[in-house]
Amino acid sequence: MIKNIFRMCFISMVIVLFAGTVFAAPPIKIGAILSVTGPASFLGEPERNTALMMVDEINKAGGINGRKIELIVYDTQGDATKAVQAVNRLIKSDKVVAIIGDSTTGNSMAVIPVVEKAEVPIISCAAGVKITDPVKKWVFKTAQNDSLAVMKIFEHMKEKKIKKIAIITVSDGFGASGREQLKLKAADFGIEIVLDETYGPKDTDMTAQLTKIRGSSAQAIVCWGTNPGPAVVARNVKQLGIKMPLFMSHGVSSKKFIELAGEGAEGIILPSGRVIVADQLPGNDLQKKALLSYVNNYRKHYKVEGDHFGGHAWDAIMLIKEAIERGGTTPAAIRDQLEKTKNFAGIGGIFNYSEQDHAGLTKDAFVLVQIKKGEWKLIK
Amino acid sequence: MTKEKRQIFVFLIFALALLTIPFLLRESYLLNVLVFIGIHTMLAVALNLLLGYAGQISLGHAAFFGIGAYMSGILTARFALDPWLVIILAAVSAAAIAFIIGFPILKLKGHYLAMATLGFGIIFYIIFNETVGWTGGPSGLSGIPNLQIGGIIFDNDMCNYYLVWIITIAVMLLSINLSQSRIGRALRAVHDSEVAARVMGINAWVLKVQIFTISAFISAIAGSLYAHTMTFISPASFGFNFSVELVTMVVVGGLGSIYGSFLGAAILTVLPEFLRVFEDFDIIIYGLMLILITMFMPGGLISGFQLLAQKVNLKTKGK
Repeated sequence: MIKNIFRMCFISMVIVLFAGTVFAAPPIKIGAILSVTGPASFLGEPERNTALMMVDEINKAGGINGRKIELIVYDTQGDATKAVQAVNRLIKSDKVVAIIGDSTTGNSMAVIPVVEKAEVPIISCAAGVKITDPVKKWVFKTAQNDSLAVMKIFEHMKEKKIKKIAIITVSDGFGASGREQLKLKAADFGIEIVLDETYGPKDTDMTAQLTKIRGSSAQAIVCWGTNPGPAVVARNVKQLGIKMPLFMSHGVSSKKFIELAGEGAEGIILPSGRVIVADQLPGNDLQKKALLSYVNNYRKHYKVEGDHFGGHAWDAIMLIKEAIERGGTTPAAIRDQLEKTKNFAGIGGIFNYSEQDHAGLTKDAFVLVQIKKGEWKLIK
Repeated sequence: MTKEKRQIFVFLIFALALLTIPFLLRESYLLNVLVFIGIHTMLAVALNLLLGYAGQISLGHAAFFGIGAYMSGILTARFALDPWLVIILAAVSAAAIAFIIGFPILKLKGHYLAMATLGFGIIFYIIFNETVGWTGGPSGLSGIPNLQIGGIIFDNDMCNYYLVWIITIAVMLLSINLSQSRIGRALRAVHDSEVAARVMGINAWVLKVQIFTISAFISAIAGSLYAHTMTFISPASFGFNFSVELVTMVVVGGLGSIYGSFLGAAILTVLPEFLRVFEDFDIIIYGLMLILITMFMPGGLISGFQLLAQKVNLKTKGK
């Protein structure tokens, strides 16, 4: 009877093996591993939608140098094991020439050893500084480093003569990285962190931490997290009648946050990619053309507003496209051309990759926006 | 053939088949999937000893897996200790933890035991997340070296396949042996009726602690191997979801069957790959299949295969 089991297992495995190899077709194959479902779906879903939309568009316009692109997307569900399996499959079975993803820092780190060994370029859509610092030969990224967002906030504070702040951060990867950068950079701008509070990703009430902050000598509050936590903080701040200005991170720069926070959102200042204020940008902004085309396209395809998370995938696909246009379709050629990318005006900012820098952005990738009457307003 | 000889024969074929698979697959990515099936099999077998034989549920087994992975990861990546030594150290530590908490926890029964093990799993998940200085926190720990022995470095799927599967097969052999020894019979007695078992002179409590300890020991080895093959670990792989997935593997494969654990681990690892063709409906179909399996094959997949084999036998004999 056990023999039967083997027979079945063996046959089924052979079937999969063939299913994977039959479809060898002429289009250029690009892979994507994204956390479309699971806890990071708020990143993965817009990224997948954007990537599919872009590939569709490139193909309609005749492809790259006359060849169509085929995008193979695997959902990693925010799980490192699945990410590694998916990357192995993309490289060994689908034979892609370049990969975009994953959406989270953890998963991006998990697949680095695999792509480095197989020598296939990957453009991560996650923000963690560790991904490209130190520089790895085959790894690039499009999401802005957290440190750039922190610097943008501190610059503004310095201008407004804010010297003492309280921070409240979420205890997950995003919050931990933000907290580290806030503490690291504060002294450079002459700012003192008088209170350092945290909250859990699933907490629904932060009045305890905020009451403590209300009684402190802080002149402003910085909250670092992704939805829904910061919305609760925003509402609690209003309920407690706290008058200090409230700063948020780029983790909440989507319409969803304004919906969740309601009245509480009024007056909040945060750093964000330019995408949410595309129509307010001055005409001479280098990114304006790309941004408007992305925003309009996304609205047309999916009937919702595009956000800057989707923008990470837009940048990744376009960077790969340009690299292929310049240098050919082998993984090595794509990598070399990616490294030579100069002044590429994308959604996340203006990219300049080099041998020493595979993140490619400066703090100008962020603008500060303020929420007024449920709309984003660019602070000039 | 006697029953024992047949068992040995079946096991040898099983082991041989597994060891020849790589030659058929060669450079395929499936080899990589099979490495994970091996690790999952080890975990499912470990949990099966507890759940299938002793009838004690654990919703926190991912914690032992995590302890193995993080001890190996931290001690080799940060302190450059000998990886092989660390694997043993990690397994012994996990077993020690299981032994200590086993005494109070395994006094509990049913839902209360489920709750206690659940809590245990979550506590360790939080520890992996929060001790950023050691574990690297939510964004993970990288730079874990590959294992090596003599001149061989286990840095490709082929090497890792043999590394993982030789240990997995050894674990399966030990488990089959254990299940048929005096301890195995005692465990089954405890499973059926703890009171009756105690009347017969079995120290049920100590026995449960022993099997819990062995189970943790095996899980930690699986964790160490996972860390060295992935060379990167993050807490998300050791959370509550994974504990539930392990229980599902054991139940779907067949409670109280070592080969069943292999089947369960294989199906649950491979199924999502097959279902990718259904795109957005894959999760629904996945859930539906699990429901159907538990409804129509309450003894797990292994019982379904046994039934099938019997029917085929009857038919061929009928002719």
